[in-house]
Amino acid sequence: MSGEILIDPITRLEGHGRIHIFVNDEGAVDRVYLQIPELRGFEKFAQGRRAEDMPQITSRICGVCPMAHHMAGTKTLDDLYHVDPPPAATKIREMVYDAFMIEDHALHFFFLGGPDFVVGPTAPKAQRNILGVIGKVGLEIGKEVIGLRKEIRGLMNEAAGKAIHPVFGLPGGVSKQVSPELRDRFVAGAAHAVEFGRFSLQLFRDVVLSNQAYMDLVLSDAYTHRTYYMGLVDEGNRTNFYDGRLRVVGPDGTELLTFAANEYLDHVGEHVEPWSYIKFCFLKDIGWTGFEDGPDSGVYAVAPLARLNVSEGMSTPVAQEAYEEFSSTFGGRPVHHTLATHWARLVELVNAAERMGELAADPEITSPEIRTIPTETPTEGIGVVEAPRGTLFHHYRTDERGLITSANLIVATQNNAARIALSVDKAAKALVHGTDVDEGLLNEVEMAFRAYDPCFGCATHALPGEMPLIVEIRDPRGELVREIRRD
Amino acid sequence: MSRPKVAFYWCASCGGCEEAVVDLNEAILDVVEAVDIAFWPVAMDFKVSDVEALADGELAAAFVNGAVRTSEQREMAELLRRKAGAVVAFGACAWLGGIPGLANLSTRESILQQVYRDLPSVQDGDGATPHEEVEVPEGRLHLPRFDDDVRTLDQVIDVDYYLPGCPPPPELIAKAVTALVEGTLPEKGSVLAPDVALCAECPRVDSKPEDLKLQRFHRPYEIVADPERCLLAQGLVCLGPATRAGCGAVCVAANMPCTGCMGPTGRVIDHGAKALSAIASLIEPREPKGVAGLAEELVDPVGTFYRYSLPASLLHGRVGRNGGRSRTERDGEEGAPATAEPAGAARRGGSA
Repeated sequence: MSGEILIDPITRLEGHGRIHIFVNDEGAVDRVYLQIPELRGFEKFAQGRRAEDMPQITSRICGVCPMAHHMAGTKTLDDLYHVDPPPAATKIREMVYDAFMIEDHALHFFFLGGPDFVVGPTAPKAQRNILGVIGKVGLEIGKEVIGLRKEIRGLMNEAAGKAIHPVFGLPGGVSKQVSPELRDRFVAGAAHAVEFGRFSLQLFRDVVLSNQAYMDLVLSDAYTHRTYYMGLVDEGNRTNFYDGRLRVVGPDGTELLTFAANEYLDHVGEHVEPWSYIKFCFLKDIGWTGFEDGPDSGVYAVAPLARLNVSEGMSTPVAQEAYEEFSSTFGGRPVHHTLATHWARLVELVNAAERMGELAADPEITSPEIRTIPTETPTEGIGVVEAPRGTLFHHYRTDERGLITSANLIVATQNNAARIALSVDKAAKALVHGTDVDEGLLNEVEMAFRAYDPCFGCATHALPGEMPLIVEIRDPRGELVREIRRD
Repeated sequence: MSRPKVAFYWCASCGGCEEAVVDLNEAILDVVEAVDIAFWPVAMDFKVSDVEALADGELAAAFVNGAVRTSEQREMAELLRRKAGAVVAFGACAWLGGIPGLANLSTRESILQQVYRDLPSVQDGDGATPHEEVEVPEGRLHLPRFDDDVRTLDQVIDVDYYLPGCPPPPELIAKAVTALVEGTLPEKGSVLAPDVALCAECPRVDSKPEDLKLQRFHRPYEIVADPERCLLAQGLVCLGPATRAGCGAVCVAANMPCTGCMGPTGRVIDHGAKALSAIASLIEPREPKGVAGLAEELVDPVGTFYRYSLPASLLHGRVGRNGGRSRTERDGEEGAPATAEPAGAARRGGSA
């Protein structure tokens, strides 16, 4: 039976992603298109703005990861004004950024992606949510999740002004120093978060690793792509979220190249397709050859799985242990199994927690030396951070008054866009046969992209959010024969 | 007494308003106890059809965040208007247009040109840009059409209340829900926040001179601001005097000036004009040259004073309301610097 399957948010949420599956006469999937249907134009209306306002303006791209945009913008201002922040300011920024990574990764694992595993990929949809997770792990743990989020976001509010749309970033530093009292709260929060991370890793072991059916799913070809990977690493090639060099490894795990943020235009290109508002990043060193994986395709991935694939270790002990277990379970890196991203995310959560604790314990963290006043004329600046969802580049050019003349934003999910498209296509081809598909099966297709924690709001600088879905099954003449709603 | 039914909905927003609701933390459990949530797409499993099935006016309130830019957003706003006794514009975007409302400085076409052709990382190729209808080998694909301008919620439907902030502070959200449950909502058209300027609740207000006069303005990166003193008195453009209170002055607590996300106080028609005149009145030099010198230091009037309120303002933007082109654009000045029109416009606003 041929036809089209459209997985689409219901019309009220048209600003969100939609999946369009074309099924041929043999009942096999011909091609899947993941469409992102909105654009807001931040790069355009950034023109004419004061450069120093960019960290606060670009945070409005996404209210889920505002800290990532704020920090990328702030680092871009350092470069733009040719100024180095004092060591204390750099440490404060990184500490607050780690806090953000903790709460965002926790949010994803427990609220968004985790339910697929903890509750089950084909469990009734009403249970595949945080309440279902709480039902499975217990109310006490549920309260722990809410409590940790509250504690960590409280720290962010205090240090950055606001957790949702921070204000503390300035070229050459931060606007507010860390008081000894706040430092103590960061120390306590870090210890709490490390314990929470250990618990989450154990939960993953108990629920996923010890369940052969889940592991079969994780290891199955439907969720596997052999692509390039990109992520920030420190001088020891260990994962870093705040700073470092970009490292790219190939499908066989060997290093293709490393580069500094300000060389991104030499390596990162954006490919435009007429059927989606999202742009698809590719490695210029390899080239765009279409939606395909393998060493000859410039398609690459970012985000937790990619970051672990490009690193040779983690900078902190508990995370290092978890990293080694992760690597050995899959027989070494790179790990090409998209669903392993959930595990990688937890390894990173622990790393962020431990790193936050280290920085909070640094005597310099309460130093009043938090600003270097820029003295040079601004010209051009490029900044990068690892957002929870992957590498995030900001690039501004200004006139001599520091007014933006050009802004370019390459956002985490954009880097992943081509691989996400591949993942959805491959999962659908493996799982969908004919148009008679049930909701659980479609969830397994959706899991192929949920693992990336995609933020299409960021990616098109458009609407973010979760994606309620509607599936329309149409016959070859376009007549609706069946509808499955998940909204 | 049965619990009042409420709906939460988002239009063109960043998701921060939704996060703000989640930031009620354990208090959200009280909210869930007090009201019957009939519709909240981001968190709960109800459908548009469930809303359609409600009697007109059956919802006690609909909280709608985000500005309006698509036909679907318009239709949902209209549906919720019919079903809800009260519609609350939730957050700066719904009330005033918000930061994405700055897109009204550019036409839709110029945005597409910039994003898909001009930016330096875009691959040189056949110049493809996304189209509303595209033929692919397997069939036909559609992308939605967007309105040419960003509109506030009350430019689309009748709005009863406004909850300010980017995002609204959790305390104000909780208060609004309590007022709804207890039936103590104020008169229609009210902004659900204190009707005083932010300075009234700013911990630094005592250091704000009665007769504040400014010799020059500083940009935030140019000075290390004293963490105790009034920021305006230190020459930073802090919009506290022209912005509504209710946020707890959290930006000032981080030693950064207020940028106006809580919007204007009551009886102010145009927040940007009000903010500009509030700041301009503090300029010490009186002779034209001195005034011009300080005005020069305000390098981006539209981004500074209209940052959250361009669509709601008398200007609405370079792109006129309902997609009509502004006079400047009809005159063929599309290529002019983005600041040209706003700067002139802001000056007009300032003299209003």
